[in-house]
Amino acid sequence: MRTALFLLLLLAFAAIPGSLVPQVTADPNGVRAYEIQNPTLYPILDALGVFNTYGSVWFSAIYLLLFVSLIGCIIPRARHHWGALRSRPPRTPARLERMAGFSTASGQADAAAALSSATSQLKRLGYRTETFGASVSAERGYLRETGNLVFHMALVGILVAVGFGGGFGFTGQRIVVEGSKFVNAEGDYDTISPGRFVDTDDLSPFRIVVDDFEVRYEAENKNAYGQAGGYVAHVTNTLADGSTQKAQIKVNEPLEIGGTQVYLLGNGYAPTVTVRDPEGTVVWTDDVPFLPQDANLTSQGVIKVPDGLAEQVGMIGFLYPTVATLPSGALASSFPDLNDPVLSLQVYAGDLGINDGEPKSVYALNTADLTQLAGRKDALKLTPGETVDLPDGLGTIELSADIKRFVSLDVHRDPAQGWVLVFAILVLGGLLTGLFVPRRRVWVKVVETGGGDIRIEYAGLARGEDPTLDAAVADIAAKHSTALGLKVDS
Amino acid sequence: MTQTLETYSLFAIYSAMAVYALAFIAFTFDLARRAAPAPVSASVGAATAVGGRATALLERLATDAPVPDSGRTTSRPLRVAMALTVVGWVLHVAADIMRGLAAGRVPWANMFEFSMTATAIVVGVFLLLQFWQDFRFLGAYITGFVLILLGLATVNFYVAVVPLPDALQSAWLVIHVFVASLGTGFFAIGAGLSIAQLLQSRRETSGTGPRFLDTLPNAEKLENLAYRVILVGFVFWTFTLIAGAIWAERAWGRYWGWDTKEVWTFIIWTIFAGYIHARATRGWRGSRSATLAIVGFGAVLFNFTIVNLFFKGLHAYSGL
Repeated sequence: MRTALFLLLLLAFAAIPGSLVPQVTADPNGVRAYEIQNPTLYPILDALGVFNTYGSVWFSAIYLLLFVSLIGCIIPRARHHWGALRSRPPRTPARLERMAGFSTASGQADAAAALSSATSQLKRLGYRTETFGASVSAERGYLRETGNLVFHMALVGILVAVGFGGGFGFTGQRIVVEGSKFVNAEGDYDTISPGRFVDTDDLSPFRIVVDDFEVRYEAENKNAYGQAGGYVAHVTNTLADGSTQKAQIKVNEPLEIGGTQVYLLGNGYAPTVTVRDPEGTVVWTDDVPFLPQDANLTSQGVIKVPDGLAEQVGMIGFLYPTVATLPSGALASSFPDLNDPVLSLQVYAGDLGINDGEPKSVYALNTADLTQLAGRKDALKLTPGETVDLPDGLGTIELSADIKRFVSLDVHRDPAQGWVLVFAILVLGGLLTGLFVPRRRVWVKVVETGGGDIRIEYAGLARGEDPTLDAAVADIAAKHSTALGLKVDS
Repeated sequence: MTQTLETYSLFAIYSAMAVYALAFIAFTFDLARRAAPAPVSASVGAATAVGGRATALLERLATDAPVPDSGRTTSRPLRVAMALTVVGWVLHVAADIMRGLAAGRVPWANMFEFSMTATAIVVGVFLLLQFWQDFRFLGAYITGFVLILLGLATVNFYVAVVPLPDALQSAWLVIHVFVASLGTGFFAIGAGLSIAQLLQSRRETSGTGPRFLDTLPNAEKLENLAYRVILVGFVFWTFTLIAGAIWAERAWGRYWGWDTKEVWTFIIWTIFAGYIHARATRGWRGSRSATLAIVGFGAVLFNFTIVNLFFKGLHAYSGL
């Protein structure tokens, strides 16, 4: 117990640092920000593994030790309990006077009848009984220890299932624009983190087409003006056998498909942009996901046109769904919905650095080696359906009338998730029975005092926490003696 | 309609706070009365002198006289305090219900509403437990604690009714948060009993400490009561943890992600698991386990206030 207590408190203590600094797993950008803000402290904390507290050696060591001690505790206890479950209640103690709730009843009654009625009464109450001479020894509440063992074993079960799920599951993210599709294959993910034992060539095959994305913005309630809600992604899925069905994905309502869950975790605008050369030939067209920057969905995106124009062209764009002009003259968005959208573009020309085949983020443009053709002040401005000239007579650029939205989907597969739930329910069930079922022994002894008189003795013994033992023994004594026409001596 | 109800709700909560303040004062008077030396001998003399009214007075004395180790003492300030607490609680619950009606959902979706509902549940648990044991000596602690939280909430956390964000639109909001508050209520009572236990055991060993302790159960009884109350809290907390994980799986795509709030819920669970083990550990019964219970409740408060307000995480629903 001392070891368990020590390790439990140590575990509680060790979990604290992970809540104080950002964690790589939950908030990688936060970790980077922390590194910039605390350049001296960062390397020390990083060396200690604090940014990955819950995967660190020291944290793992504590909980693994805790579980080792737990297993070391439950094995002998389970063995002992197995024996106890099959054994009979032990012999009645010679002297009951010092036991809990000791009371007596005396008077004229048949000793054998008193004994047999005690046995049947205790049996009805769920006691296991055994007669020793002129006494009944009874025990109940074996479920307490069973529950206790189930609780602790289920905790081990959770740990094993979580580990298993981590090894055999995967998570992946993908941004999908309305009208386009996503296939559950490694290459089609933006990011994917498979478990150690996952064969990513063998993901369950399915395809999701995002037909439409729905969202509402609060315009009535002044206190929540612009608050977004009612997200629904209408999708069409196709399974390996070619069967197709319509479905919806909402927040709190993931889509179950092929043993995998698909969650709707984010959204934004993906305007369709078309670039033409001076002759009017389309050289580039695409739906460009713009990442939201603030609550009113001022969104930033990058357009890279590698071929077809006189030079490679890169653009940094800002989309203002409902454009407003700040006193400084800068543009901003005043509402997240597309009430009055404007796309502004800063244009750069030169080597985009994508020819050497090195993968580059589609959301960032390194402008160090580029020439600025249009900057913040003279940025190109487009409204839906509008076409404007690119600087230096490079060509034209068009913003399509219909501004699409994208959804960001999280795809998870955790084959052990159901097991974690089963064990969690066992934890709760084990806890309830292990804490609240009283384990107790009760004895009823009949002593013949001569002349047909008997004295009945009642007593109990708590095995573990049992605050209601006295009351229980008193209740048994009262019922039993009353049935025999006797009264409990006060 | 929404705004009217919202205003009524605020009016009711201020009224509840005023009534709780009076209850707190009455509870304090009761503690002071308990601290006074038992006036038995002097009053008996007076009673015989008055003669005819002696019986009535003696009867009252019998009920008023401190019964050591039972904690079942009663007095006018105590009865007034309990009555005021009930009235305050009715107003409090009414405020909560009106807030819920104004919002058209359960009234626990931001920091202000959490505080209002959780404190209503804490007082509810306090009142409910009276049917089982006489815990009225904790009245000053509970009403004082609730008053401070409500004051902080209405002054600093007040926000007007806003629609529920999508992530909170789930049946789990109702279950998970309600049971967490229920667990908090039991932990609060448990911590109060543990504080009383620490004071009591000091008084038992060294004779120092406030005199009103003489009217409370002895340290061992207090410890047993605290243990049983905290066990119930622990079961609720376990359920909260599991329900939260199920909800997190639906809303965020993973059942456990070491989000700051998850971490602290886990820390609290571990502390109270330690508390339960401490009772079965030699040398840890008594004051040490009482300290653990108080630390555990401190972590609950930390989780509810500091973590909600200052820590970055997914449970960012404080609405501030």
